[in-house]
Amino acid sequence: MNDPSTAEAVLFWVLAVVMVAAAAGLLFARKAVHAAMSLVLVMICLAFLYVTQGAPFLGVVQVVVYTGAIMMLFLFVLMLVGVDASDSVVETIKGQRWVGWLAGIGLAVVLIGVLTRATYPAVTGLADANADGNPTGVARIIFGQHVFGLEVVGALLVIAALGALVLTHRTRLKKLIKQPERQALRMKAGTRVTPLPAPGVYARHNAMDVPALDPHGNPIEESVPRVLRIRGQEAGTASYHADTYRRAVTAVADPVDSDPAVLLGTEESGATPPAAAPGETGGPLTDVDLGAASTKTETEP
Amino acid sequence: MNGLMRVATTGADFSNDVFWVWLLKAVGIIVFLLLSVLIAIWFERRVVGRMQLRPGPNVHGPFGLFQSLGDAMKLLLKEDITVKAADKVLYIVAPIIAVFCSLLTYAVIPFGPEVNIFGVMTPLQLTDFPVAVLYILACASVGVYGIVLGGWSSNSTYPLLGAVRSTAQVISYELSMGLSLVSVFIVAGSMSTSDIVTSQTQIWWLIPLLPAFVIYVISMVGETNRLPFDLPEAEGELVGGYTTEYSSMKFAWFFLAEYINMLNVSAVATTLFFGGWRAPWPISAINDGMFNTGWWPLLWFVVKVWMFMFLFVWIRGTLLRFRYDQFMKFGWKVLIPAALVWVFCVAIVQGVQQFTDLDVRVWAIGAAVVLLVGVGITFLIPEKKKPEETPPVDAPFDAFADGFPVPPLPGQQLPPSPRAARPAMATSTPVLTTEDSTAEEAPRG
Repeated sequence: MNDPSTAEAVLFWVLAVVMVAAAAGLLFARKAVHAAMSLVLVMICLAFLYVTQGAPFLGVVQVVVYTGAIMMLFLFVLMLVGVDASDSVVETIKGQRWVGWLAGIGLAVVLIGVLTRATYPAVTGLADANADGNPTGVARIIFGQHVFGLEVVGALLVIAALGALVLTHRTRLKKLIKQPERQALRMKAGTRVTPLPAPGVYARHNAMDVPALDPHGNPIEESVPRVLRIRGQEAGTASYHADTYRRAVTAVADPVDSDPAVLLGTEESGATPPAAAPGETGGPLTDVDLGAASTKTETEP
Repeated sequence: MNGLMRVATTGADFSNDVFWVWLLKAVGIIVFLLLSVLIAIWFERRVVGRMQLRPGPNVHGPFGLFQSLGDAMKLLLKEDITVKAADKVLYIVAPIIAVFCSLLTYAVIPFGPEVNIFGVMTPLQLTDFPVAVLYILACASVGVYGIVLGGWSSNSTYPLLGAVRSTAQVISYELSMGLSLVSVFIVAGSMSTSDIVTSQTQIWWLIPLLPAFVIYVISMVGETNRLPFDLPEAEGELVGGYTTEYSSMKFAWFFLAEYINMLNVSAVATTLFFGGWRAPWPISAINDGMFNTGWWPLLWFVVKVWMFMFLFVWIRGTLLRFRYDQFMKFGWKVLIPAALVWVFCVAIVQGVQQFTDLDVRVWAIGAAVVLLVGVGITFLIPEKKKPEETPPVDAPFDAFADGFPVPPLPGQQLPPSPRAARPAMATSTPVLTTEDSTAEEAPRG
């Protein structure tokens, strides 16, 4: 039981390669998100190792807390930096690189020294520690021996969170205007209550500068963004207006008995659908002449 | 693995499992999940269609059952576009992460009790360990990286917004989800799925832990990005959210992951609150619990999971999408405090039960008395006096008093912002008069 099994050894050596590669990636990655993902990989491999060594609680919590929550928060900030951005490599503090190299080499020397001099005694006590199940064992230690430390850390974190809230709090200078207030104001002012229709004509044209059509086929000026209207970039509606009225009449009419042109009246004037009564459709009150343009569009059902 | 064996002290006994048994189970789970997804797509479209008074897909195969097969083939054969400006590696890895993590959850879900598979007695469950439910949470939280990275690596605005939303959403809703699960851990005394199912022999945790169940159901919808919480892929706001730049198989993988995740959270809800594979009450009493043995439980489990799938579709067909700020406010100001208070109450009740010899009736009466006294005390608290209004300051507002930018004192007016002229509508003081109302622009949306 004390010797690591073959499976454990194989897993360790596979994970070790992945972890070292990922750790190197963390150091040398150009993009911050790549570095963060390398760290995530290291953390997940570390969790695997914890589980293999009989600490499943620690392993899983490592993934839930560090990978799932803390690294996610890091990523949240990093993501707001675009894909194309890379870190600045300008030396902000003079000689910082040399100090970094020196400290790094020093750490490496110390670590190698420790590793070569370390002895590995036989593992003892794991079976006792996990006697009642691993989570129970961890709980006994945390809420037994270390309960005071845990409470202190908890209080510290709460204070830190509250401090962040207080420091970022801003007194509201004006009354907060939200959806209900806006709605009430709109009703009071007597302007349009519903949202504005989107520009574009169904199945014909979806550009921003083409006004939408109301049920009668009249263009709704308001549907075009205000900026385009002010600039005078509104497109003409003649070629995009709906031909539904004409189509409907043509489709219903029996081609043998009656001529669609007769039902529609004369080609020139009859095809225009009845104009909307002012104020009924919410469309513009101007009458748009569609007669000439409508004859150009297809009339076949 | 040796390490796992050493700590595996759970209800289910996997000691008879040999290589081919768990290979069979693993393949069975994958097949079950993929088939379920195919059916779920058809099921969702049919049910939503029914709710919207239209037939839904009914052309391909009996009842349109082959519709999702056709959809899958279409996705497979479409052109696979890789955005030129994207971060290639993460762009390809993201859908893989999403699917891979979603497939992991079912490994610890118990489908049934011990059955005989080709002469080997083994539980209908791939594996189980003392922290199985935490493992499920871990898989879910890693799976979100798929969405987040997919959105970021596309190098496009809408996917990025979807990814950012998804990050915030998952962090906040995972908290309430975890807290609602904690009360189950407390009463069941275990975090292993098979133990939790065993602990529900008497009563399903749904009944005593109803508030936790409600919180779980709400946060599971948030966790799977489904309506009314589908803000990361809100088609009316963000085109397709994080999937906007994905096509063909890469998109299909995200799609697959979303549906498998629905199955995952449904299975967790079933296992933790609905008695897992246990037969519902009148059936469980028949013939001395015959329907709780052998292969029967598989049926109950699948039925319960699909009940939750129906719930997902029902919610989708009924509710509208939340506004993002309302959604976050709901998560942080309602769900998490409610879950915390509930866990606190459950812990107290469990502590009293475990560490004292009090009868259930005694502590129930005691709790009622404490509650009544508490309510009585609140009547004695004098009403809050209105804060005395500070006399308004007469001096004109100096934005840089003593050389610092300062807010106006009470009574002082903040001068209008130079930007305020543009959206003249809907300001704090209604400036609209009848003469110029025709010239005013109603706000869009």
